[in-house]
Amino acid sequence: MEKAIYLQLADGTCYKGTHFGAPLVDDIIAEVVFTTAMTGYTETLTDPSYYGQMVVQTFPLIGNYGVNTGDFESNGIHMSAYITKEFCNAPSNFRCQMDLDSWLKKEGIPGICHIDTRALTKKIRQEGVMNGRLTMTEPKPEDAKMLSDWSIKNAVRSVTCKESYEIPVGVTEHHVVLWDFGAKQNIARKLHALGCQVTVVPAHTTCEEILSLKPDGIMLSNGPGNPKENLAIVEELKKLCTHKIPIFGICLGHQLLALANGADTEKLKYGHRGANQPVLEHSTKKIYITSQNHGYAVKTDSLPECAKLTFTNLNDDTCEGISYQSFPGFSVQFHPEACGGPHDTEYLFQKFIDLMEGREF
Amino acid sequence: MPLNPKLKKVLVIGSGPIVIGQAAEFDYAGTQACRALKEEGLEVVLANSNPATIMTDAAMADHVYIEPLTLDFLKKIIKKEKPDGILSTLGGQTGLTLSMQLAKEGFLEEQGVILLGANPETIAKAEDRQIFKDTMEAIREPIIPSVVTNTLDGALKFAHTVKYPVIVRPAYTLGGTGGGIAESEEELREIASSGLRQSPIHQILVEKCISGWKEIEFEVMRDSAGNVITICSMENFDPVGIHTGDSIVVAPALTLADKEYQMLRSAALHIIDAMSIEGGCNVQFALNPESFEYAVIEVNPRVSRSSALASKATGYPIARVAAKIAIGYRMDEIANEITGKTKACFEPTLDYVVVKFPKWPFDKFVYAARQLGTQMKATGEVMSIGRSFEQALLKAVRGAEISHDYLDDAKMRAMSDASLTEKILAKDDERIFAIYEALYRGYSIKKLHELTMVDEWFLAKLVNLCNMEKKLAKGELDSDFIRILKQNGFTDKTICRLSGAKSIKRLPYSYKMVDTCGAEFDAQTPYFYSAYDEEDEAASFIEEHAGKKPVVIVFGSGPIRIGQGIEFDYASVHCVWALKNAGYEVVIVNNNPETVSTDFNTADRLYFEPLTPEDVADIIRIEKPVGTVVAFGGQTAIRLTKWLSDNHIPILGTPADSIDAAEDRGRFEALLKDLHIEQPKGTTVHTRAEALVAANTLGYPVLLRPSYVLGGQNMIIAFSDADVSEYMDIILSHMEGNLVLIDKYMMGTELEVDAICDGEDVLIPGIMQHIDRAGIHSGDSIAVYPAWSITEEQKEKLVDYSTKLAISLHTKGLINIQYVISNDQVYVIEVNPRSSRTVPYLSKVTGIPMIDIATDVMLGRKLKEMPYGTGLYPSAPYTAIKVPVFSFEKLSGLDTMLGPEMKSTGEVLGIAPTMSEALYKGLLGAGYNFTNKGGVLITVRDTDKQEIIGIAKEYADLGFHLYATEGTTKALRDAGLSVTLVHKIHESEQNTLSILESGKINYIISTSAKGRSPLRGSVKVRRRSVELGIPCLTSLDAAVALAETLKCGFHPENASLVDICKLQH
Repeated sequence: MEKAIYLQLADGTCYKGTHFGAPLVDDIIAEVVFTTAMTGYTETLTDPSYYGQMVVQTFPLIGNYGVNTGDFESNGIHMSAYITKEFCNAPSNFRCQMDLDSWLKKEGIPGICHIDTRALTKKIRQEGVMNGRLTMTEPKPEDAKMLSDWSIKNAVRSVTCKESYEIPVGVTEHHVVLWDFGAKQNIARKLHALGCQVTVVPAHTTCEEILSLKPDGIMLSNGPGNPKENLAIVEELKKLCTHKIPIFGICLGHQLLALANGADTEKLKYGHRGANQPVLEHSTKKIYITSQNHGYAVKTDSLPECAKLTFTNLNDDTCEGISYQSFPGFSVQFHPEACGGPHDTEYLFQKFIDLMEGREF
Repeated sequence: MPLNPKLKKVLVIGSGPIVIGQAAEFDYAGTQACRALKEEGLEVVLANSNPATIMTDAAMADHVYIEPLTLDFLKKIIKKEKPDGILSTLGGQTGLTLSMQLAKEGFLEEQGVILLGANPETIAKAEDRQIFKDTMEAIREPIIPSVVTNTLDGALKFAHTVKYPVIVRPAYTLGGTGGGIAESEEELREIASSGLRQSPIHQILVEKCISGWKEIEFEVMRDSAGNVITICSMENFDPVGIHTGDSIVVAPALTLADKEYQMLRSAALHIIDAMSIEGGCNVQFALNPESFEYAVIEVNPRVSRSSALASKATGYPIARVAAKIAIGYRMDEIANEITGKTKACFEPTLDYVVVKFPKWPFDKFVYAARQLGTQMKATGEVMSIGRSFEQALLKAVRGAEISHDYLDDAKMRAMSDASLTEKILAKDDERIFAIYEALYRGYSIKKLHELTMVDEWFLAKLVNLCNMEKKLAKGELDSDFIRILKQNGFTDKTICRLSGAKSIKRLPYSYKMVDTCGAEFDAQTPYFYSAYDEEDEAASFIEEHAGKKPVVIVFGSGPIRIGQGIEFDYASVHCVWALKNAGYEVVIVNNNPETVSTDFNTADRLYFEPLTPEDVADIIRIEKPVGTVVAFGGQTAIRLTKWLSDNHIPILGTPADSIDAAEDRGRFEALLKDLHIEQPKGTTVHTRAEALVAANTLGYPVLLRPSYVLGGQNMIIAFSDADVSEYMDIILSHMEGNLVLIDKYMMGTELEVDAICDGEDVLIPGIMQHIDRAGIHSGDSIAVYPAWSITEEQKEKLVDYSTKLAISLHTKGLINIQYVISNDQVYVIEVNPRSSRTVPYLSKVTGIPMIDIATDVMLGRKLKEMPYGTGLYPSAPYTAIKVPVFSFEKLSGLDTMLGPEMKSTGEVLGIAPTMSEALYKGLLGAGYNFTNKGGVLITVRDTDKQEIIGIAKEYADLGFHLYATEGTTKALRDAGLSVTLVHKIHESEQNTLSILESGKINYIISTSAKGRSPLRGSVKVRRRSVELGIPCLTSLDAAVALAETLKCGFHPENASLVDICKLQH
């Protein structure tokens, strides 16, 4: 039976929709963000970077091809709740293992559908990301006020792996330590495919512990939340940068590396979430379409002298990539590992390999 | 890289006449391109033989040549205009092929002209089957196992290795002409032979049949710096096996997981990069539904029908950006018109679903084979946008104007299960309705998937709709259910019809914006579609942008079909522009993705919606127009008249009552009587018996047609009782309850007048005379402006009648009147107080902006205040001849004999100082070959045997050898002509077909008393001539005209060029 469910935003707006997915026992409060990707909902749902958020899909038909565990980017769903226009209960795909609704139920994630997702998206675009409450009972307008006080806490700590583990490879060409701030699994898969032996370490790992693993390179993963919530990690990173080990940062990893090198980050009005973000590579003047999922960005004007801006977002001119002169490191704000999204910048993994092999970057 | 500094002047080649596979999408692309080039300060030269296009307007380019699109004429144009570059990728297959030939011959290099958009190597990589195969193999993109061959033997050998079924695709043909699927050796022999014959380079590709795989398309762009992006993905509802032009298509692809989507996206970008295309490109893939296996089916290195669809589906102006790239710009240097802030280098994202539904001509061509395959048969298409697939699908179905407001079909419901299954397997144009019916009956999704290979996702969506229909039938109509129904695309009318409810409470639509970015950025695109959602963006947009200007809504003409083509889009667009100039805010409603009218830049606001009362009611509610315009959108818009007037919505121009007065036989007769104007005698009948009585009273031949028709739909000339009976049965089975009109058929000279009336005065820009006598549909006749063989008295009478008719019908705007002069008596055949097919052509050759004037008149201005005067406008010092173009090679089984039922899909113009030269250019542009030697095969009906003698003599005098069938031979020999007798098909092995195949015949003159059925010998001969590309004249007048033209000895060197921008009046 269809049940009414409500989404209340911090500004008092309230959407009445239909409940799907797992039962909603207690109200959920989370940051409401939207993604414009038309495919890749499985990857989105399992992307740890969405921790503490409820995600609106702007594309109205979600769940068309069901759910396949092979598409998981982590061991489960990390967002708080899911918002769609329509979800599909009769999916079709040769790899489909279950439908979206059943999966959300299994994962304990509630969803709201049949609301005007475009109106909600426009609201977020106009007023910036907002906190929202998902509730089964019609919320009182005055309850909206307290929503603004809430913020995502302990984001990285909640999604990083508990202890380190290795992903072995037949013939090891390089040993990479993947510093997991909430890593999407495709980062490891890409490295692995290029012959790297990957050791995944939790976020709280120290510089010394990492060095003791004798890595050829260090991969800084994506992850959720405000980068400035991770000052301890930034301190470890500062130390790490003094050793001349190649470093490659993605998304949160990119932001943390920038912070460690003296740059600043800021919160974007409504972030970049989708699979169609154009970025310009300054050295080649080439444009790439990238997959993105971030609410914070490195402030371009805060870049220290040792950092060179390598990529810029063509939509809003924000910083999308940096390379460092003081150590063999580079980072990007977007997701070269894709999944979901375009594979156009996959070549960056090869660049990382080149860097580890001491080739000119 | 900015604009290439070497470029000052660019030649744009259009796509020529509208044929199946190449329709209005190239006018849309070409118009966008011309504008984009002019914006850059470039001098634009345009060549296109199609006068009905917007791109051939004098205002679109600096020099416009409506000349035959042949190499010789293009060379003449290039030598005269000396352009620096040629844009090859915006004129469809025609433009691309011609550009490639010019380059290959070394002509461009010799003239110092650069090929822009795609170089010859790129074109060859996509077009030449072998080079394409080699290219794909070199970049490791999988293709379907295939062989390129020039022989039947090669085809058979390959099929033996890969096993049947195999697909045959001829090289360098349009819309897959001449191809097909062969299930057996016998079929392959037939199809491969035909394919080899139709390929201009005598080459076919035979490939393993992968019918049943998903068909996915990507529209991609690349600039000279190597930047690549995807504009749109599209998925065919119908799997591989049905031409994409005949498939129901959705955008974006709906059943692909990200892994599959990205795999194909990367492949598409890889291909465009490997081919070094600078501009847009379309890549078609087949995807195995059970694995990640895929194959590249086809690459089109140019804008296409799909790119027009992708542009409208996403809001991204592909042709415009492609034109800018071609002249040197990088994508990040081109502004994104939609956001006004960002650049053209981004990938659109959709927050809605788009459905494209083809429009087929089978309602008119009852004998044409309806089965769909690798050869495209649709003449046009509609597109719809919805927040759900169901909503978009139902909008598309009712917008296609195929007498369906939903997926249920009475004919299918009455079928046995066995016949229904057969119907589904027949893969014809009605398959979606058959599939729906089967699901409604409870066939499982699995079973239907096995039968059709349509993805289960689509089938499950249809099951959703079935369940709703079943629930409706129970009459359970609570408000929640009504809301769900509306969100799924049901109209009130459909809900009432299926539930038996008298009426339901109206739920208003809300409108959403198409903004390319899923609302991520603040876009200002005035492009909307209806939904049932909370926020109405159109309402707030109108509020924010409200100027003081009054609003006018123009209703467009829907899908392109036989009888209602691009001319009506030309008229709609010009009306929009004229209204804008007159200070109005203009809204357009239309659902044809191929057109200029549905470019969001054309009007102030665009609503992409079906043109039915329910679909336009809410647009009227929120737009609050001071007036609406129905006069330019063909029958599609005219059909809204009654509803608009019943609901007291102001209609600009000619009042609804006048339209009725012209269409209602009784009222029209009374009017003519009052005016003392004659019309052929006739009456109205309901049944076969009444028709027979009437026919015998009037005397044969008689003309039969249903009332309220366009394009001569189901119209015939009957010579006998048997004819009357046969046609009455067909007509009544198609449109039950419709009145049938029966008239005396008048032999004589047919004339056509387009006039503009302000209620008091009438301006007649010109009188056109048809070369073919009355009896051939005016749309299929060769029309000559100015009329060449009428007396001053007759001319005065035509002006007098036209003036009287226009005024007494209270016309305010355009009116089209058709006359026949028989025995010096002028008769009126038909009056249409609205824009007609000939308006664009007449506007161009007379220099009178007819639509602009008509629009001004509709707004209340008087002709006397305008510079063109009243009465008959002086003739131009040119003769301009419209020659119809057909798509017979695409429609197997269709008799090519012309009659009162319109068959042409497009037209070309021949314009020259003399009539014979104009005719030469017109016929050349329409595809006739000119030769003065060889043979002419003549086979005519008894009634033509006297007249044919003189015509045959002309051909004999020109040096042709005459061949004829028995009766005709006798008639010709009796007249002293030397003729070789050819047996009819059933008479001998050596017969009319074998003589055609022998290559001895250059022209055929064929008329027959009976036609239509593909089983008749005469029809077989005519069909064969189509397959062999031998011009077949089915009207004696056209045969005379051709002989006259041949006599004059025109050839490209001695023919003149006419720049439409410099016409002297």
